[in-house]
Amino acid sequence: MEMPAPDARVLSRKDYIVERLCAVLPKDAVISDISETRAYECDALTAYKCPPLCAVLPANTQEVAAVLKICHELDVPVVPRGSGTSLAGGALPTADSVILGVAKMNQVIETNYDDRYIRVQTGRTNLSVTGAVEANGFFYAPDPSSQLACAIAGNIAMNSGGAHCLKYGVTTNNLMGVTMVTMDGTVVELGGAHLDAAGLDLLGLICGSEGQLGVVTEATLRILHKPEGARPVLMGYDSSEVAGQVVTDIIKAGILPVAIEFMDRPCIEATEAFAKAGYPMCEALLIVEVEGSESEIDAQLKLIMEIAAKHNPVELREAKDADEAGRIWLGRKSAFGAMGQINDYMCLDGTIPVSSLPFVLKRIGEMSKEFGLDVGNVFHAGDGNMHPLILFDANKPGDLELCEEFGAEILKLCVEVGGCLTGEHGVGIEKRDLMNVQFDPVDLEAQMAIKDVFDPKWLLNAAKVFPLATSEERRAA
Amino acid sequence: MTPKSEAELAQMIKGANAPLRIQGGGTRPIGHAHGDGLETGALAGVTLYEPGALTIVAQAGTPVAEIEKPLAKENQRLAFEPMDHRTLLGTKGEPTIGGVVAANVSGPRRISVGACRDFMLGVRFVDGAGDIIKNGGRVMKNVTGYDLVKLMTGAYGTLGVLTEVSMKVLPDVAAQAMLTLDGLNDTQAIAAMSAGLSSPYEVTGVAHDPQEGKTLFRLEGFPDSIAYRADALTKHLARFGTAATTEDTQLVKDTWIGIRDVGAFAGKDGDVWRISAKPSDAPDLVAKIGPKAVQYDWGGGLIWVLTDPGRNIRTALGDFDGHATLIRGGAEFPTFQPEPPALAAITAGLRAKFDPRGILNPGMMN
Repeated sequence: MEMPAPDARVLSRKDYIVERLCAVLPKDAVISDISETRAYECDALTAYKCPPLCAVLPANTQEVAAVLKICHELDVPVVPRGSGTSLAGGALPTADSVILGVAKMNQVIETNYDDRYIRVQTGRTNLSVTGAVEANGFFYAPDPSSQLACAIAGNIAMNSGGAHCLKYGVTTNNLMGVTMVTMDGTVVELGGAHLDAAGLDLLGLICGSEGQLGVVTEATLRILHKPEGARPVLMGYDSSEVAGQVVTDIIKAGILPVAIEFMDRPCIEATEAFAKAGYPMCEALLIVEVEGSESEIDAQLKLIMEIAAKHNPVELREAKDADEAGRIWLGRKSAFGAMGQINDYMCLDGTIPVSSLPFVLKRIGEMSKEFGLDVGNVFHAGDGNMHPLILFDANKPGDLELCEEFGAEILKLCVEVGGCLTGEHGVGIEKRDLMNVQFDPVDLEAQMAIKDVFDPKWLLNAAKVFPLATSEERRAA
Repeated sequence: MTPKSEAELAQMIKGANAPLRIQGGGTRPIGHAHGDGLETGALAGVTLYEPGALTIVAQAGTPVAEIEKPLAKENQRLAFEPMDHRTLLGTKGEPTIGGVVAANVSGPRRISVGACRDFMLGVRFVDGAGDIIKNGGRVMKNVTGYDLVKLMTGAYGTLGVLTEVSMKVLPDVAAQAMLTLDGLNDTQAIAAMSAGLSSPYEVTGVAHDPQEGKTLFRLEGFPDSIAYRADALTKHLARFGTAATTEDTQLVKDTWIGIRDVGAFAGKDGDVWRISAKPSDAPDLVAKIGPKAVQYDWGGGLIWVLTDPGRNIRTALGDFDGHATLIRGGAEFPTFQPEPPALAAITAGLRAKFDPRGILNPGMMN
């Protein structure tokens, strides 16, 4: 993955830039020693690393504005960073960039149960947002797998999802307002404690813009009362076609499960070896979870089990209590860790129409043989968001490149069947050069025109999202 | 002008040298529009419907009724229940899906499932330069590139003319029930509605009609589940009085269509304003306005007020967490809440990019 060459004019002025930043921030909030900047050299896409010019850790909106103003004046690129858990390289620095980390900004500003929102600084982790309200019976719905570590800032930048999107939506559906600083240091307020912000839907535009339009410093998030209970059922089938049909039948029956998760055989095998969750060995395993009171759960699960039974499952297991529910989820939740035990892996994130599931899985299986690399599939089946995990050996020369080539072919396939490159991880650098597969030049031009408005100098995270050749003229200007 | 295809529409916009007034079914004359009429009515038809994937794709000029037909056959629905403005505005014609999207029209269920914009998966549109642009797609999770789908939703055609929209749909429900509390004042009603929404019983509508003194809670789902939740919610709301419950699905449906379309203000003289607010602020805001009539929806987060004609209620409201839009009534002042300078600059910048000649519904969102 290519990154633009650093700007020599910026590199040569490092001392001056650091001095200017130190003038507006506390001393310990500016990190410029190379031994320390290395901590910011990559995010969770660890195959790519580059220490930044320096890193800053502002504590509030005013400090963020001061930093951006200076960088804007001095033409210094800025890369915003939440917790650095991006799988797409969204927080990967260039050598001439200032990393703007929001980690210090982790305060809860206001909780309001009557009006059902929480206002936080965006460095706060996803799980700790729920942590702040759960004693009162509330939760924050989006739940990306990295929720223990990932920051709300990054969730907003990537419009993160999770396992429960089918019912609760993704970040953009749960975001009511933000305070954002644009690259020139201007502070803007979008939305608030009311629904449907005024004017153009800039809030919707900001969410998922991968830190390219502004730095979000505070966010008002919708909180919901927890359901009375939730329980999963596990089912195993001999083919992914049948499992796909079961998913369709459940949805068509008028039931809206809170989660429908899918795992294929390679993934089940790896998971069993690692977590011993007692999963059946089969081609396709589904975990379907519903919510409500005990009686409501019983009624919904009964309907689901009836549908499941019609398709000759190799296994059908209903969780009778919390312990059994925990065991059903255990394998799914440890799937990524289990695959990591076998080998290095690359996690893809393409989304497909649910109806294409059997075809796409079959093609991935064929391609796996062609490329000579194993793939396991974990999948949010209700919404078509795939997570193929391609195994490779980072120590074997050429293996990473081969894996990337394979991954690109899978993502092209997703687009071909009517889907998209990324469902919840974001484009970052990882899928940047594939954007031409999904979009025509005129589509990308419309998107880049938006960045022109928010960041005319193209200083904010500019080497991401758009293919380098496509954005070159703007970045060079 | 009534283009028959997206390509023809693009040609018309390319060739236009005067402002265009974009129109779907013409049932929502909101905002200051002027220029040559450009109607999307001939761009009609459902292009794809996959019930198992909860997805529908339709051309922008498709009547909403034509979308609801195939959905009803599969027991599905547009869950954000778009308001039909004909009742309130006395307009004729058929509302189109493009009009719903362009104005981000939602109904009472917005409080539980989200707004029109939350159900939008993809758009195709023609911008002010006549370029055909697509964004999003037809899958439920998609973060590939910037979200122009949301930007176009609620842009009232000022950034481009929608040609096709792709939306998420949801299963319809087998039964509906409604709880009614009587005699609460506005502040008590807001508190009761907040209590309902802060329960685990999945209330899908919460409205208060001060004129009738009724506070309403809607429940939807499978019959057994509705019966259980109606009972549980009644207990949960006991401190506000004893709620009366009806499980007459048709009655519940009709009642909420009335709330959705603000039927209470239909045919009554005066201007109609729509205010989006923080629910707990709502009674104070209403007191400041002193309107002729009020309807609270979304648990107080959406306030409809009927006022004397020509009054700018923004003067009375002052700075508040929310915004006010004039839905019915002509006036000298802006229809939409004026933006603070920093946001106005961004908005103007976006318009200049998407409509450089300023010909798409110019001045519409002022």
